[in-house]
Formats: sequence, C-alpha cells, structure tokens
Amino acid sequence: MTGEVAVLGAGMHPWGKWGRSFVEYGTKAARAALADAGLQWSAIQSVVGANTVRCGYPGQVSGATFARALGWQGARVTSVYAACASGARAIDTARAQILSGMADTVLVVGSDAAPKGFFAPAGGERPDDPDWLRFRVLGATNPAYFALWARRRMAMYGDTAEDFARVKVKNAAAGAANPYARYRSPVTAEEVAASPVVADPLRLLDICATSDGAAALVLGSMETARRLGMRRPVRIRAVSSVSPSHPRTALDLPDIATDSAPPGSPASDPFRPSIARAAYEEAGLGPEDLSLAEVYDLSTALELEWYEDLGLCGPGEGAKLLREGATALGGRIPVNPSGGLASFGEAVPAQAIAQVCELTQQLRGQAGERQVAGASAGITVNQGLFGHGSSVVAVR
Amino acid sequence: MSPTRVPVVDGWFSSEGGEFRLLGTCCRGCGAVYFPREDVFCRAPGCAGTELTEMPLSRRGRVWSYTDGRYRPPAPFPSGPEGEWRPYTLIAVELAAERMVVLGQGAPGVTVADLAVGMEVEVVPGVLGEEGGRTLTTWHWRPVAEEAS
Ligand SMILES: [Zn+2]
Repeated sequence: MTGEVAVLGAGMHPWGKWGRSFVEYGTKAARAALADAGLQWSAIQSVVGANTVRCGYPGQVSGATFARALGWQGARVTSVYAACASGARAIDTARAQILSGMADTVLVVGSDAAPKGFFAPAGGERPDDPDWLRFRVLGATNPAYFALWARRRMAMYGDTAEDFARVKVKNAAAGAANPYARYRSPVTAEEVAASPVVADPLRLLDICATSDGAAALVLGSMETARRLGMRRPVRIRAVSSVSPSHPRTALDLPDIATDSAPPGSPASDPFRPSIARAAYEEAGLGPEDLSLAEVYDLSTALELEWYEDLGLCGPGEGAKLLREGATALGGRIPVNPSGGLASFGEAVPAQAIAQVCELTQQLRGQAGERQVAGASAGITVNQGLFGHGSSVVAVR
Repeated sequence: MSPTRVPVVDGWFSSEGGEFRLLGTCCRGCGAVYFPREDVFCRAPGCAGTELTEMPLSRRGRVWSYTDGRYRPPAPFPSGPEGEWRPYTLIAVELAAERMVVLGQGAPGVTVADLAVGMEVEVVPGVLGEEGGRTLTTWHWRPVAEEAS
C-alpha cells in the first residue's frame, strides 16, 4: 500500500444536453466540490484537469482552463488525456502530488459538452491514427465493438438479449433516484426490446448516450483532512493504472486486429481483469470486501463483463449474478447504484470522476433513496482508448 | 469511363499472383506478426527488432464474433451523406496460424442471419465505396461454402 488520500469534497453538474460550454459545467462542478470541502478556491495548491477533445486548445489544456475560469491564483496546473480514463488519470495525478508532498489540496475537474450521435475522430486525412482508420476502413463505431463483445457472450455463455435488457432496467431504476442523472425515468424490458437495433444484438437502450456533464473532487492529505476537522473522511486507498501486456489478444476499441500470439507461447494476461487486480492488491482488499461498484456500462452487455473482471463472479456467470438480483440496489453487491452511464450518458473526461463522486456519497451515507446500507468500501473501474485501464478503491 | 480503383489504404492487401490476401508484416527477430502492418519497429516488449518483412495472412479463419451497423457511421467512412444507407456487416475473424483476430466487413449480401461464431470464412476482394470519382477497394470476409467431403 502506498498510502491514502482524503476526499475533502465532491461536486457535480447535472448531466444532460444543455447546449453550454464545458468550461461552465466544469467550473460549476469545481465550485460545488470546493463548497462541499468547506474550502476557498485560494486554498487549492494544485489543479488537475481531465482533457476533453477540442480541435483548438482550451479542451486540451483543461487544468489551465478551469484555473483561469475560477480566477488565476498561482496554483500548480496539470492537464491529462486518457480518453475514457482521463478522469481516473487526473485523480491518479492528484494523488501522486499529495502523497509525494508536492501539494496538500488538489482540485480535480472533468467536464465535457458532447457532440450528437456517434463519437467520431477529428477531421482530416490521418492514416497514421488507428482511431481514424477504424472509421475510415470499417465504419466501426464504438457500439460496433460493444456489439462484438455482446454477441461473443451470447455464443460463449448463453447470455440473451433479455439479460442485457435487465441491466438497463436495473440501472434506470437506480438513476431515477439520482438528481445528477440525465435520464430519470424507469425503463422496462419491453421498452428496451422495442428500441431500434443499433449494432446487432444491441439496441438503442442497450447503449449509453452522449451527454454534457461535469464532476469534480477536492483531494487532500490525511493530515489536511484532520486539520480541517474531518474525523472520518472518505479515503482513496488505491488507484490502479495499468496498461495491457503484449500480446494483447482481446479485440478492443479502436483495434482493427489484435496482436498475434507467437506460436507455442502461452496466452498473455488478459487486460480487463488485471485492472481490478492491481487495485485490489494496492488496497489490500478483495471483491468480497466491497459494498458497491461503479463500472463503465457503455453497453448493457459490457456491465456483465465487468462483474467477471472485478471478480464478483466467475467467467460467464455475470448474467446469473444479475438475474439473482445481487447487483441491484438492495442486493449483495450493488453495481452502478448511481444509475451508471445508462442513466448519465457519456461525458468522457467527467465520468471516471463522477464514479468517485458516487462512491463518496455512498460511503458518507448521503446517497438518499439509492443508499447502499452500511457502505464501507467501493470500487470504480473503467477503460480508456489505447490501453488505459483504471480503477479506484475508496473506503470509509 | 469506369472510375479508378484504389485501395482504401495502401499495402494492406494484394491480389499479386492471382490470389487475394491480407498483408501483414513479420518481425525477423522474434516472429511476431502485425496487421495492420508495422514497418519500423517490432512492438514486442523484449524485442529490439527493426527488420519486418511483408507476410500474407491466412486466407481462412473462423468467426470470433460479428455484428452490423444499422446507422450510417460518421466520416471518414466513405458513405457519402446522401442516398439510402444500407447496413453493413462486421465480422471479427480468428486466424489460427497467426493467433490473431482481424476485423473486416462482410461480403455484399452477408447478413448477421448468415453467421455464427465458429463458422469458417475466407478473405475476398471487395469495394468499400465511391469517393471523389474513385472506387475504394478493401477486403471482405465471406462464409466458406460447405464442401462435399
Ligand atoms: Zn520482434
């Protein structure tokens, strides 16, 4: 274990399609996190921004963008990009600064104003960019990859479209109780089945939307938390930050092909389970110690995959765990009690931070109707394009 | 005059010798195979190899998974914004010899209803679309007809 940092404050901007600037969302989330921490902006020593993709500069220097919006006050500034894992990388950077003694109070912000429809690469003729190539040569959108994995689960494990729909029904029920969620209505299995197929076997309601949204955290040293009179702060105990092992044999965004495994070589360590394993090792706990988990349900089927990769059940048993009700609110190990991306949609640089905001609320016992009783330990997990694996463990 | 035919990406496939094949590269140092081709450095972590030679990939493999695209993908997919959108099939194929999975579109007329995980498919030349007066060529996966044994 490398030591813990305290969550001094957490704040979000409600998710939706608001038609405003990511700077506005992020600044509001930052101000909410500062208020929650009871700290003045001037007390923040470092700002870490999770970058959003913009063809100009501002989104790509998000740390400075938010620092300017809040008012230049001389703090250290960092900006990070890791696609879907950007928020987790921002948390990781803040934690490293705190544990190394570089800063006592760090503001982490992620925010986005998402485009309509499929995520697409930036323009231009860029055949050296694998993400550009998969759209150019194959028209392979993100949902196409989610669908390949969903179809594979059906063939390997006997999962059904009804199982996938059950994930949406569960997460929509939780999201209905979350004031920050974009979608706040229950969804039925019939509604999922009646929605149009986007990429066989996945339908529109199996796939998360794109959204505007923002999330922020104020992190600090345990000593700072004590000084602020916080007797039992939520603590971040682990931030996993792993890349795959060569040869990477799982076909993932934005690959056109996997690595090849040399003849006779043993299969390499699969990537997704290694993300959680590193977090468990660093935190000194295991799946049996968890009260809840927040996972990237970019598709309903992918949530089932994460159950297995987190060790909540064995390979192929995800749908069974779901059917038993174990992962619903009130179940043995609620997954996505926030409502997940199914209820929020994707605001790429914000979502991994929003996951930790949810853990914070749950561990403080402030989650209202969606409170997991007696929550004492939670995990988040996500994955960004180009081999960014991330997982955060928080305890109280 | 018929439009010029150009590969959507140079050097990824060829019909040289009359047989259509995907072209990867192979590291002379460690034997790792790459598709899309890697021409400068081997990516195996323990290998400093910089000599990569072109290598045709297996013609046949088995379906690892498949899906389709019911909505028009965004640019740079050469579908053109006008006209009716016809869904395409996308097939991920496991090549036994290379121990790798390669994505590709299904041949015209191949729908998800024609496919199953584990089914044998072969690579065939195909057309991706028309763009700027040119026909962009590509590779397609097509189920192998059952052969009488
Ligand atoms: Zn090599």
